[in-house]
Amino acid sequence: MKKHLLSAGDLSREDAELVLHTAEELRSLADRPIKKLPALRGRTVVNLFFEDSTRTRISFEAAAKRLSADVINFSAKGSSLSKGESLKDTALTLEAMGCDAVVIRHGASGAPHRLANSGWVRASVVNAGDGTHEHPTQALLDAFTMWRHLGPRNGGTLDGQRIAIVGDVLHSRVARSNALLLHTLGAEVTLVAPPTLLPVGVDSWPVETSYDLDGVLPKADAVMMLRVQRERMNGGFFPTAREYSRRYGLDGRRMATLQEHTIVMHPGPMVRGMEITADVADSDRSVIVEQVTNGVAVRMAVLYLLLGGSEPAVGNPDGADA
Amino acid sequence: MSSFLVKGARILGGDTRDVLIRDGVLVFGEPDADAEVIDATGLIALPGLVDLHTHLREPGREDAETVLTGTQAAAMGGFTAVHAMANTDPVADTAGVVEQVWRLGREGGYCDVYPVGAVTVGLAGRQLAELGAMADSAARVRVFSDDGHCVGDAVLMRRALEYVKAFDGVVAQHAQEPRLTENAQMNEGELSGRLGLAGWPAVAEEAVIARDCLLAAHVGSRLHVCHVSTAGSVELIRQAKASGWNVTAEVTPHHLLLTDELAASYDPVYKVNPPLRTTADTEALRAGLADGTIDVVATDHAPHPLEDKDCEWAAAAFGMLGLETALSVVQETMVDPGLLSWADVADRMSYAPARIGRVSDHGRPLEDGAPANLVLYDPSVRRVVEAAESVSLSRNTPYAGMELPGRVVATFRHGKPTVLDGKLA
Amino acid sequence: MPAPATTASPSSGVPDSRADRTVLDADDISRALSRISHEILERNKGADGVVLLGIPSRGVPLAERIATRIAAVEGSSVPHGSLDVTMYRDDLRLKPARTLLPTQIPDGGIDDKVVVLVDDVLFSGRTIRAALDALNDVGRPRAVQLAVLVDRGHRELPIRADFVGKNLPTSLVQRVRVHLTGVDDEDAVIIEGAAS
Repeated sequence: MKKHLLSAGDLSREDAELVLHTAEELRSLADRPIKKLPALRGRTVVNLFFEDSTRTRISFEAAAKRLSADVINFSAKGSSLSKGESLKDTALTLEAMGCDAVVIRHGASGAPHRLANSGWVRASVVNAGDGTHEHPTQALLDAFTMWRHLGPRNGGTLDGQRIAIVGDVLHSRVARSNALLLHTLGAEVTLVAPPTLLPVGVDSWPVETSYDLDGVLPKADAVMMLRVQRERMNGGFFPTAREYSRRYGLDGRRMATLQEHTIVMHPGPMVRGMEITADVADSDRSVIVEQVTNGVAVRMAVLYLLLGGSEPAVGNPDGADA
Repeated sequence: MSSFLVKGARILGGDTRDVLIRDGVLVFGEPDADAEVIDATGLIALPGLVDLHTHLREPGREDAETVLTGTQAAAMGGFTAVHAMANTDPVADTAGVVEQVWRLGREGGYCDVYPVGAVTVGLAGRQLAELGAMADSAARVRVFSDDGHCVGDAVLMRRALEYVKAFDGVVAQHAQEPRLTENAQMNEGELSGRLGLAGWPAVAEEAVIARDCLLAAHVGSRLHVCHVSTAGSVELIRQAKASGWNVTAEVTPHHLLLTDELAASYDPVYKVNPPLRTTADTEALRAGLADGTIDVVATDHAPHPLEDKDCEWAAAAFGMLGLETALSVVQETMVDPGLLSWADVADRMSYAPARIGRVSDHGRPLEDGAPANLVLYDPSVRRVVEAAESVSLSRNTPYAGMELPGRVVATFRHGKPTVLDGKLA
Repeated sequence: MPAPATTASPSSGVPDSRADRTVLDADDISRALSRISHEILERNKGADGVVLLGIPSRGVPLAERIATRIAAVEGSSVPHGSLDVTMYRDDLRLKPARTLLPTQIPDGGIDDKVVVLVDDVLFSGRTIRAALDALNDVGRPRAVQLAVLVDRGHRELPIRADFVGKNLPTSLVQRVRVHLTGVDDEDAVIIEGAAS
């Protein structure tokens, strides 16, 4: 994690577990009359969103505000800022105003790396989703959700737990971050997708892959369904939405083959009827709403650990990055 | 014109012979008391280098480079002739534009500039440009390329190959299957998947090379393949040559030295078209250059202003500087490991490109009466490349901070020094 | 990872002047806690409405032990839990972000209760100030009292304890360590370093 949180791969197991344990303490805050802690009083967190993502932005906003940070929302979508050079100008503006952390969502893979390593800003950079690269806080909240549900029956860890991640892995930053983080935490990840939606070189990732959803489901401890955009059909990634749903959608029939304890997850927003049917999304196994709640706690943990002290509490504090 | 007596240089890295530069030609074995003496002890004399692939950006992007600054950078790298690619604004697809570029080169006096003509109007890939008019112009264009774009249409490519036969021209193809590389950002492989950057498969280059080799053979014309970047491409060209087809190829210094691992920094200074490939590819390219499968080292010098690189990867322009560092990179990757002799370097960087471009007064052996196009190079020093030291208008060198061997000490073009003591003369 | 949240020891002095001294042994600690338990009951006229909140880490087992003793006397259990003050500390920014410790507010909350904060050592008073702030965000007690095993003096804030196991005059260069079984190997209060 160092000074920044750019990739789930930057987190050691120790770092990741510290985030989870911290989030566990912070989660109880939601039950208190005053849902606020003073830890980041006087710190400024900028939500710099070059892409629309209301749910991620408000999650970070709630997290920062509950830690008493000042929050500035900077939505750059649709403005002239979608062009590259303005990332730098925007960064210089934020630097001049004085901010302690930049939470950045950007359509270009690697934009948070540029922000963190270009010398434009001194603030900590938190990747809130970049292109088709990574979304590390989503992976942390997913791992946190799994850990809460599966940990108690597995010695408090995710060691050896089988996680199926199903859908458009190729275009999914969530899948990339989850594959890295869950591997770090000892889980066994299987990516399930049609061959056209698996990245080239996936065989070198620390995961299994499968084209056969029905073969994977009965062994899984958690099933994470990824959003599949219908437009992918036009790129020839699969013939029709109907064929996709038939082969890779999670419906009631498939859900019946899951083990009793298995949870169903989705990072949202869901395309109901495409990758997941409504009865599955709304079933008892579904922890999709809880993922949202956990998102705030995990992002509080990340912001606290990065900004709460004199230096980040996770990873190598010198901020060096490859 | 003053004359120079170069003393003690090793000709092509071999025997030491003094050479007199007088009246624009080389004279061996004749003293001249009036000549300015240049102590070239320990230096290597090579024929002036010829670049088959340079972007000078003028007209249109004078903020990135001009013919003057680009040819100055070339002279600093030991070049005496450069082929200026056609993707300017306006595109060099008419006699008027190529003559303008040619004339700017003459006025600058640092290099002879040979404009490359566009194959299709506006590089749009739909209609042949007036290739004959450019060939007949004062610029005497012989190399035609839509570089930056692939002539993707097989019929159009066939016609171009056929048509240039009339004036002994050559089509230099930028081999990139357009549909396979839509929005592509870097070499397709394990790393592109991990970095979430859209992949650029090797097959997109190789498929076009295979097709074009077959077309060239079919119509009996000359094909030149620009910036070969994959092991598979080397193999295809090897086979085409073995079949006796008239195919030549070039490799850039950066594809000899750098690999796609650099993209992991997301620093767009490493973003280039074709993309940096794997270590296995660089090894195949070096072997291909060594055995003559690849004829030429060409720089694909592609200057870009800071703002086009100081941004996120996907928004950045493709391309990197190359003129000033080319010889050093070739020494590092080819000469020092023993893959090429200095005489071979003279072939790959001077004789062969001049031959392919049909340039008569460059790329000639260093012998009595030859045009005095000469570079003196010190292979014994090592230096750390500083972007700020470039004489190019742009700073997008991928070698900044890297230590490379060698230094161009002097360059002579038609007997006149363009570089002396490592500085522009 | 966070550095241990202890201060660096003023060690490089003369070795033989650094004799560690046990000032309370297991029996002393047991007696002190019993006395504190009785004092709490006396002061509050029983255990009704009393909530014990230990400050992690060693305040938590102390609160448990006091709760056990009160239950033995009163015959009914007294609510007890823990209150982490990390995020309320005034020196939060002086060190790497610290690991959070558990906050466990007993069912029934603290509104209109008498909250007895329990900690091992009372020193500058800054931890207690942080605890008062933390308490403020949890609810509104009728009264807040403070029980500590050791008061070593050197207050930097106008704070005093209601219930003290032992007053222990120390010098600033000394360190007071409380060991409690459950967390440590033994029950003991130890002074490290010689008095100046």
